[in-house]
Amino acid sequence: MAGSIKRSGKFDIERAFRGGTAALALSVLVLGAIIVYELFSSSGPAFDRFGFGFITSRDWDPVSELYGALPFIWGTFYTSILALVIALPLSLGIAVFLTELAPVWLRGPIGFMVELLAAIPSLVYGLWGLFVLAPIMQEHIQPFLAQYDYLPFFKGYPLGLGIMTASVIVAIMILPTISSISREVMYTVPETQREGGLALGMTRWEVVSKVVIPYSRSGILGGVILGFGRALGETMAVTMVIGNTPQITMSLFDPGYTIASVLANEFAEATEKVHLSVLVELGLILFVISILMNSAAKLLLWRMNRYGSGSGS
Amino acid sequence: MTDKLKVEALSAWFGNNPALYDINIAMPEKSVTAIIGPSGCGKSTFVRCLNRLHEEVPGASSRGIVLLDGEDVYSPGVDPVLLRRRMGMIFQKPNPFPTMSIAQNVVAGILLERRMSKSEVEESAEKYLKLAALWDEVKDKLHKPGMSLSGGQQQRLCIARALAVEPEVLLADEPASALDPISTAKVEELFMDLKERYTIIVVTHNMQQAARISDKTAFFLTGKLVEYDATAKIFTNPSRKETEDYVTGRFG
Ligand SMILES: Nc1ncnc2c1ncn2[C@@H]1O[C@H](COP(=O)(O)OP(=O)(O)OP(=O)(O)O)[C@@H](O)[C@H]1O
Ligand SMILES: [Mg+2]
Repeated sequence: MAGSIKRSGKFDIERAFRGGTAALALSVLVLGAIIVYELFSSSGPAFDRFGFGFITSRDWDPVSELYGALPFIWGTFYTSILALVIALPLSLGIAVFLTELAPVWLRGPIGFMVELLAAIPSLVYGLWGLFVLAPIMQEHIQPFLAQYDYLPFFKGYPLGLGIMTASVIVAIMILPTISSISREVMYTVPETQREGGLALGMTRWEVVSKVVIPYSRSGILGGVILGFGRALGETMAVTMVIGNTPQITMSLFDPGYTIASVLANEFAEATEKVHLSVLVELGLILFVISILMNSAAKLLLWRMNRYGSGSGS
Repeated sequence: MTDKLKVEALSAWFGNNPALYDINIAMPEKSVTAIIGPSGCGKSTFVRCLNRLHEEVPGASSRGIVLLDGEDVYSPGVDPVLLRRRMGMIFQKPNPFPTMSIAQNVVAGILLERRMSKSEVEESAEKYLKLAALWDEVKDKLHKPGMSLSGGQQQRLCIARALAVEPEVLLADEPASALDPISTAKVEELFMDLKERYTIIVVTHNMQQAARISDKTAFFLTGKLVEYDATAKIFTNPSRKETEDYVTGRFG
């Protein structure tokens, strides 16, 4: 006897499934919209009072109601870019070693160790920075660099706590992100590409620099964006080692301040309505910076892929 | 004719698995040698031992002597990088570098040795693209990505890239197997022309192709060289039963 092909009962599980997952996906959008709305509406009072001048003003004194975002924007970018400058070559080095050079038995353990770095809580990095790295910086590394004080980066007194220590800590924190993504994309480079280079008479180094990295560049860029995003928003560890001083300085020895750090430090004690609103507006600025960074990266990726690249990601 | 390449007692392994057993063969200068044999018999491994690409595979090893102009490429002082610049290689699947333009692909090998001005790049690109019979099809888009070409065009681009380093030997591992008949004919024609200047070794599964383009043919079977002789002899009057079975298509 042939079974009926009519649906038994009223309940259509196919439709329920589609509807359910669609609702979940939509809820993310709704949540995003709510957050943006909240950021805008709560920062309204601050915006009404200071307008766009908030972004370009350098003063920060909650007691006399002076609020300027520039030192925090500066500190956020400065530490994040420095962290990236430190982390990118290291990450690429690790990824290249793991995919191109390391004997197969060594790849697993080293890859695992690097990924373990991502599992260490931010607070632990902060403590380590405070009690281990900062003293080393102050006593050994910064006095050494101070010889080059004709450069604007190495001026002033070696304090230990400051932009340099914060950048190094953040660099270590974003290293696993960039290196593991780079490693993954380098694994996808076809063997025929490497052999094409070797057969042409390339050295190992030339195969890496002229074939493997160009082939994986858009994927690497993706990792860089993720890492940079993480650096921009990194809070706990940075707050513990950056010195929390709102100033605009080129010197890596000087203390600084980032948006995320000032939010963490001042949110709890911000009782004034304006103060609170100003902090929310800083949050909004961080949000916008992140979005702009991501969009710029998307644009770059799109242009690169249009020109032609191996791995489209 | 003098022997450009002379192989003596060459064996090769992947890990502990032997892939080539005691190969002895010599290729005369400025000739085309075809390597034929069923899948897995070691043809690719053999040509990859000639330019020492075999040893780049993790776990792979080889033993024996490969003389290029009388000099053993496996002797301790030899730099495989320099060796490979004297032996161009063309792969089964075209592998242009995707981030480079057509012109950059052609000169990629030259740029390893010296800097080039923009006009030099264009000159060289033209020269070798003409040699590879691709010039007319790409002359208006030299700065477009190499990947924007069809498979057959990509393969000829790779041939141009290999020729641009002015190698003396050209190793081609099934260079036309991914190509349509027209591109295949072009590549074959190209090899016949290139024979004037290069010593060519070409792996092929296509008997007619081997018969058309090669002067000598080597028949491999399960890692051993069964027979090596003038192409005409191999295809009309082979001395070994296995060869005859294979070239007449009676092979299992
Ligand atoms: N990377 C590798 N690792 C381990 N064994 C391999 C590897 N490449 C080839 N082999 C083995 O070595 C032997 C010879 O392979 P080879 O690629 O030289 O054959 P071939 O004659 O080129 O075959 P085809 O006509 O299919 O290309 C085969 O038994 C194959 O399984
Ligand atoms: Mg093969």
